[in-house]
Amino acid sequence: MVEVVVFAVAAVVILGGAVGVIVNRNPVHAALSLVATLFGIAVLFVAQEANFLAAVQVIVYAGAIVVLFLFVIMLLGVDLSEDLDTEPLVGQRPAAIAIGVLIGAGLVAVVVTSAVTGVPAASQRWVRDGDDVAQIGRLLFTDYLFAFEITSLLLVIAVVGAVLLARTRPGEQVDADEIVPTLPGDHLDDDEAADSEAGSTS
Amino acid sequence: MIVAAVSSGWYLSLAAVLFALGSAGVMLRRNPLVMFMCVELMLNAVNLTFVTFARELDDVGGQVVVFFVLVVAAAEVVVGLGIIVSILRRRPLATADDASLLRG
Repeated sequence: MVEVVVFAVAAVVILGGAVGVIVNRNPVHAALSLVATLFGIAVLFVAQEANFLAAVQVIVYAGAIVVLFLFVIMLLGVDLSEDLDTEPLVGQRPAAIAIGVLIGAGLVAVVVTSAVTGVPAASQRWVRDGDDVAQIGRLLFTDYLFAFEITSLLLVIAVVGAVLLARTRPGEQVDADEIVPTLPGDHLDDDEAADSEAGSTS
Repeated sequence: MIVAAVSSGWYLSLAAVLFALGSAGVMLRRNPLVMFMCVELMLNAVNLTFVTFARELDDVGGQVVVFFVLVVAAAEVVVGLGIIVSILRRRPLATADDASLLRG
C-alpha cells in the first residue's frame, strides 16, 4: 500500500513538472519544474531499491545540471518570457501535440500488451540485501570496463570542447549587453549590421 | 480498481508518458534552453525504464547503464550549453529557428 501511495505522489510530481517545463514561458520557471521531475524520478529510484542511483540522480541532475542551466540563463540574461501565443510555423503545434500523443500512446500500448522477457547475465545477479554501490562498482570495473574507459575519454573531449566553445577570440565582444537586442523574428542581415556596428565602436 | 502493489508496468507506462511529454516539448518549444530541458526529460524517462527492468530481471547491469546515461547527459549538457552560450552571445533572444546556419 505504501508503494502505491509513493508511486502516485511521485507520478503526479513527475508529470506536473514535465508539463511545467513545456508550458512555462519563463526559462527559470521551466528549470525549477525540471527539478521537481528529477526529484520525482529519484523517489521512484528509491522505491525500486536503486538507492545509489537515486543519490547520484539528485547530486548530478538536480545539483549540477539544473544549476548549469540556471547559470546559463542568468549569465545570458535570457530569463525573459517567451511569446507563446504566436505560432511561428503554421500547424506546428497541432502536429507536435499529435505526434507526442502518438508516441506516448504507442509506448504505453507496447507496455500494456507485452510481458517482460529475457534472462539476466549470470555475472550480473542483483543481490537485494547486499550493498548496491559495491555491486555496481564491481560490474563497472569488470564487464563494463571498456565502456567506463571510453566514458573518461568522452568527459575529456566534452571539457575541451566546452572551453573551446566558450573562449572569446581577440577582438570579439564579450557581453551580450553590447549588442542592440534583436527580436526573435529578426534575421541575419540585421544582426550582422549590429555586429559590425559594435565592432567598429570597440 | 485497487492495486495492492505497483507492478513494473506502471513504472514503464509512466516512463512512456514522460518520454512522450519530453518529445512533444522538443517539437513545441523554440527556446533552445527549454528544448534542452525537454531532452533531459526524455533521458530521465529512459533511466526510469532501465531501473525498472533492472528490478524486474534482477540484473544490476540496468543500473550500470543508467550510470553511463548520467555521464553522457552531463557531457551533452556541457557541450550543448557551450554552443547555446556562443549563439546567444552573438544574438540575444535567438530561437532555434534563427540558428539555421552552421556559422556564428
